[in-house]
Amino acid sequence: MLRFIVRRLLQLIPTLGGLSILLFVWLQRLPGGPEYALLPDDATDEQRQALRRSLGLDEPLMVQYLSFLRRILQGDLGTSLQTSRPVMDEFFLRFPATFELGVTAMIIAVTIGLPLGYLAARKRGGVLDFAAVGGSLLGICTPVFFLAFILKVVFAEGLGLFPSAFRLSPGLGRTDITGFFVLDGVMTREWDVVWDALAHLILPGLALASIPLAVITRMTRASVLEVMGEDYVRTANAKGLHRTTVRTRHVLRNALLPVVTAMGLLAGSLFAGAVLTESVFAFPGIGSFVYVATQERDYPVLTGFILLIATMYVFINLLVDISYSLLDPRVRAQ
Amino acid sequence: MSSSTPLLAVDELSVAFHRRGAGETRAVDGVSFTLEEGRVTGLVGESGCGKSVTSLALMGLLPDRGVEVGGSAVMRLPEGEVDLLRLSRRRLRDLRGSQLAMIFQDPLSSLNPVVPIGRQVTEILKRHRGMRGSAARKEAADLLYRVGIPDPTRRLNEYPHQLSGGMRQRALIAMAVACKPRLMIADEPTTALDVTIQAQILELLKDLVTEEGTALLMITHDLGVVAGLCDDINVLYAGRAVETAPRRPLFADPTHPYTVGLLGSVPRLDAPRGEPLTPVRGSVNDNIAWTDGCAFAPRCDHYTMECLQGPPPLVRTGDGTHIHRCVNPIDHADVVDQTVLESPAVVGEDEEERE
Repeated sequence: MLRFIVRRLLQLIPTLGGLSILLFVWLQRLPGGPEYALLPDDATDEQRQALRRSLGLDEPLMVQYLSFLRRILQGDLGTSLQTSRPVMDEFFLRFPATFELGVTAMIIAVTIGLPLGYLAARKRGGVLDFAAVGGSLLGICTPVFFLAFILKVVFAEGLGLFPSAFRLSPGLGRTDITGFFVLDGVMTREWDVVWDALAHLILPGLALASIPLAVITRMTRASVLEVMGEDYVRTANAKGLHRTTVRTRHVLRNALLPVVTAMGLLAGSLFAGAVLTESVFAFPGIGSFVYVATQERDYPVLTGFILLIATMYVFINLLVDISYSLLDPRVRAQ
Repeated sequence: MSSSTPLLAVDELSVAFHRRGAGETRAVDGVSFTLEEGRVTGLVGESGCGKSVTSLALMGLLPDRGVEVGGSAVMRLPEGEVDLLRLSRRRLRDLRGSQLAMIFQDPLSSLNPVVPIGRQVTEILKRHRGMRGSAARKEAADLLYRVGIPDPTRRLNEYPHQLSGGMRQRALIAMAVACKPRLMIADEPTTALDVTIQAQILELLKDLVTEEGTALLMITHDLGVVAGLCDDINVLYAGRAVETAPRRPLFADPTHPYTVGLLGSVPRLDAPRGEPLTPVRGSVNDNIAWTDGCAFAPRCDHYTMECLQGPPPLVRTGDGTHIHRCVNPIDHADVVDQTVLESPAVVGEDEEERE
């Protein structure tokens, strides 16, 4: 198992290396460099050239790439053009908020999606199945920001059930340990903080969960339907096992395998979805920060964000592979 | 025969599938046979003749929706006789695995790929014999050993993909015999295996039947298997038994043209090289409905207009154990001789692949 993990970690090097090249080339091809964003519109060409020189943008591409790579490896993602602070620091500051939101969304998606997909498959063609399939189609089709707006307008501003913005109600004091509000609240037993932070997570969490929820529901349904027709399920029934044993040990255990893979990919994509959700709910995470960065052409932040998403993807995939090998003995053998 | 009433009496079993838009398909159309303790009964026929559906119907493993099962299948149990087709699902679940067991065709897909072999054996011991923990594991190892799996304690922790094909089929047989069932159904248990392993598996099944007095329903298209293993044989065609007889009369004196055709199409080791096989011409697609006459008539070399005058009646010949359903039976078949009967399982090729 250890060898498997080490081998997978080594495979990350070419993946991330290739990514850095793609990212660098992409940045080179972008129209309108930072000299247009940073300097006022009436700046002269000389002034723009001077800025390009000071940012090292006049060096040969190869030299630029190597220094770009060296800085990344040193954990230096550059300085944000908006705040003039290191991008890494800005991300660290906002990461707990986004992570908390992502985990909330994933918990919502899994706890609803798995049982719903399973029941839809069991009652195939029934009302629940129809609702689950239709609902998930709607979930996939609805743009995240639109759903976020609807949720905010209806449940926060209309019904007043949940707060409409930020991570915590203003004026609520809290002790900071990790930056994860819910976790800190539990650790310091500040239960009012825990509840308040959770209430702030519900609506953005739901909005962000819509796509993973839809995908997990559909995949679980399809996978359970497929496994229910497998020969080994017939064998299990022929052995006279209790229905619950057949359903858990023989159907679910196998049906979950492809869903686990999908969950990994979905978890990675949550960061991208967070950009829109967070900006709608003024949620102070990486997403809303990046949203502003796109408007300001804050390239260091955008580059850093893409790298961060890619790294998250790669590591989540590693986790998926490891859990997959625990779930499926056939993968272990290879 | 061990008793006056048979262990299982299947009478006029019929299975029809209803599909929306496609109408009704009668997969099994009035099949009757009996099973006795300690005897092997064969259901023989080509693909689509209804032999697998018959076994699934007896086990209650057909889907709930869109299936209509008729007739009766009365089984003698210690507490009295029950009709397997009329049992509640809960009661049937109690019987399955303990009194009725089934061995399936493809051992790899019939085993759960993500559950260790040992667990797949112990789960049936837990369910029907109330065994737990190390006692169940020990019994599972004993069972694996009995069916010829070497080093069974190590195998308990292995997964299906780590076993060879023959080993997997042995593991499935171990699960089937775990609770000493009175009735075992084997649905083409050797089709997915190579010839030497086939012979070993058949030998194992034969021993289990002799030692435990289990009744075995052997479903196959392989006449070599039938000749080597079965005591009584039912030849199925298009969902009906067209000929039923003990082994010797069936091979020595087949009366139904379809049986004769099947026997004639067996590849022979002593035939000259390059000599073409004699297939049964046509395919099951040419069938007519049994209500219109003999379903086999369009493929039969002996058919007359009488064959198309409604379903042919059952006719008993000899001492009454040889039954056929043909209006133009073949009197004495010189097509086959005793060598087919004497040879062990020599037939490796699928009869039906040449259709």
